[in-house]
Amino acid sequence: MRGYVTKRLVIAGITLLGMSMVIFVLMRLAPGNIVDILFESAGYVDQADKKQLERELGVDRPLAVQYARWVGEVMRGDLGKSYRYDMPAWKIIKPRLPVTLELAFLALVFSVLLGVPFGVLSAVQQDRPLDYVLRILSLAGLSMPSFWLGMVVILLFVRALGWMPSVTYVSPFVDLKANLWQFTIPALAVGYRSSALIMRITRSAMLEVLREDYIRTAWAKGQRKTLVVWRHALKNASLPVLTVVGIEFAFLIGGLVVTETVFNLPGVARYLVDAIQLRDYPVVQNLTMFITVVVVLANLAVDLLYAWADPRIKYGSA
Amino acid sequence: MAQVRTLDVVQDVQILPVERARGSVLGQFVRKKPLGAAGGVLVLLLVTTAVLADVLATHDPVRTSMNVLVAPGADAWLGTDNLGRDLYSRVIHGSRISLLVGLASTVVGTVIGGLIGLISGYAGGKTDLLSQRLMDIMQALPILVLALVLAASLGPSLTNAIIAISIPIVPRAARIIRASVLAIRGLTYVESARALGARHVRIALRHILPNTMGPFIVLATAQLGASILVEAALSFLGLGIPEPYPSWGRMLSIAAAEYAEKAPWLVIWPGLAISLAVFGTNLLGDALRDTLDPRLRGS
Repeated sequence: MRGYVTKRLVIAGITLLGMSMVIFVLMRLAPGNIVDILFESAGYVDQADKKQLERELGVDRPLAVQYARWVGEVMRGDLGKSYRYDMPAWKIIKPRLPVTLELAFLALVFSVLLGVPFGVLSAVQQDRPLDYVLRILSLAGLSMPSFWLGMVVILLFVRALGWMPSVTYVSPFVDLKANLWQFTIPALAVGYRSSALIMRITRSAMLEVLREDYIRTAWAKGQRKTLVVWRHALKNASLPVLTVVGIEFAFLIGGLVVTETVFNLPGVARYLVDAIQLRDYPVVQNLTMFITVVVVLANLAVDLLYAWADPRIKYGSA
Repeated sequence: MAQVRTLDVVQDVQILPVERARGSVLGQFVRKKPLGAAGGVLVLLLVTTAVLADVLATHDPVRTSMNVLVAPGADAWLGTDNLGRDLYSRVIHGSRISLLVGLASTVVGTVIGGLIGLISGYAGGKTDLLSQRLMDIMQALPILVLALVLAASLGPSLTNAIIAISIPIVPRAARIIRASVLAIRGLTYVESARALGARHVRIALRHILPNTMGPFIVLATAQLGASILVEAALSFLGLGIPEPYPSWGRMLSIAAAEYAEKAPWLVIWPGLAISLAVFGTNLLGDALRDTLDPRLRGS
């Protein structure tokens, strides 16, 4: 158990370090540095000013020095400065965090609440009409762009009910009901896609478990169907589902990028798109690193949860 | 005694109902996997539309006109957009971009990833460990976020969109091919090839690679749908395919901004086209996986 945890921690560390290098190099693929971009938008270029700013930002130093300096800053929790807004990036990110977290949390809850029961039903009813309907519905969820689904839902609401989604963000501490109204639909739009994947994994895991001997024993003992399916079988089928929920978390953040844009929610993912469009590269670099950290931590949490839930890992045989 | 046993076995075999393959391979596929066949039809429709776009389109997809935001009717089957371009012709031509970007990035991503997986799985040891860690690192970012950052730093163009979408596919492809190479590497026929003195390159390319084709085809089909979705999202955010190419994702970004309420057809049709194309590849991919890779059945 301890060996497993140490191994996971080391891998997470290596992943973060490697990703920081990848992001750093990626950001320097674009022609010109941040100073060029800043001056390009200003129109007028004074070479002396430019040199001065280059020195201030350290972009005239060797790449290795720049990288070391950046990693040092990130480790200290300094997310740099936004040149477009002329303020620390953290000041912009902080008020946006609750928006993204609430959306991600609700979407994850929806996807599990929809995905797991439907996956179990689909497995129990294998190759019957209900199974086909659920499988088609889940495949449709994987096929529709979440941003398009969001647009269509908004359109339906506007057309059929005359209801308009709030243009400005409502904090849950100000008006919880209005806030939930505002978040439910985008969370469903993102969660539908994730629920589709969770449903498919639940179904296949259940199909495998339902064929095992101990389930046959449970049937033979004359135990009730609900108990066999939802207690005995689901318990063992939940391990692969747990992994997928962890992986889905990363997908979810990807989905938030477009969903926050469509529903006009001022979240972190939306800010990434804004920063990219404004070519605020230092912010893009730090925000991408921030997302990497969140994803790696989420995966680590799932790995540790897995170790706790699966005795095979606990006793070191896997 | 031994003779009697053999006889028993023979009789058993004769008693068992033998299921003979009836009809062609295609016919069997359609009978056994009706959903997969439906997906195949959708994919075929997508390919046909892309190939015959010039014939099927009624208007020039990029020519603007004074008839802006015309509702669907006899002149413009699916209406016109805010620049007076015929939406039907744009959706038809959009299939080319979707298919081109989807196919190209899938092929580039799965081939590079597949080769890495082949080398990694066959060589083992340090090479394997190193490439595995590298793939782990690349998978730490969501596909869309990595593609977004790549597209942003490369700049918007058709080629760059293909590169940006193919790179996130690499680690996913490498992982699957590596797993199947590991399983094949230990088989007796590989051992006998080695015993006959075959060189590593020959074993890897001639003996192992052909046997990874099943998982490879399954993977590529699944990735095709994902690539089309990523392209749509990138173009929707204005970082994918630049104007004047009619891209489905890009059509939604212009439509979404202002005209959705006045002209809902601008939102409905391009999105429906994306969904149907991806739905088709997903249905086909599922059925192919069940057929070619029984171990993954039902997952």
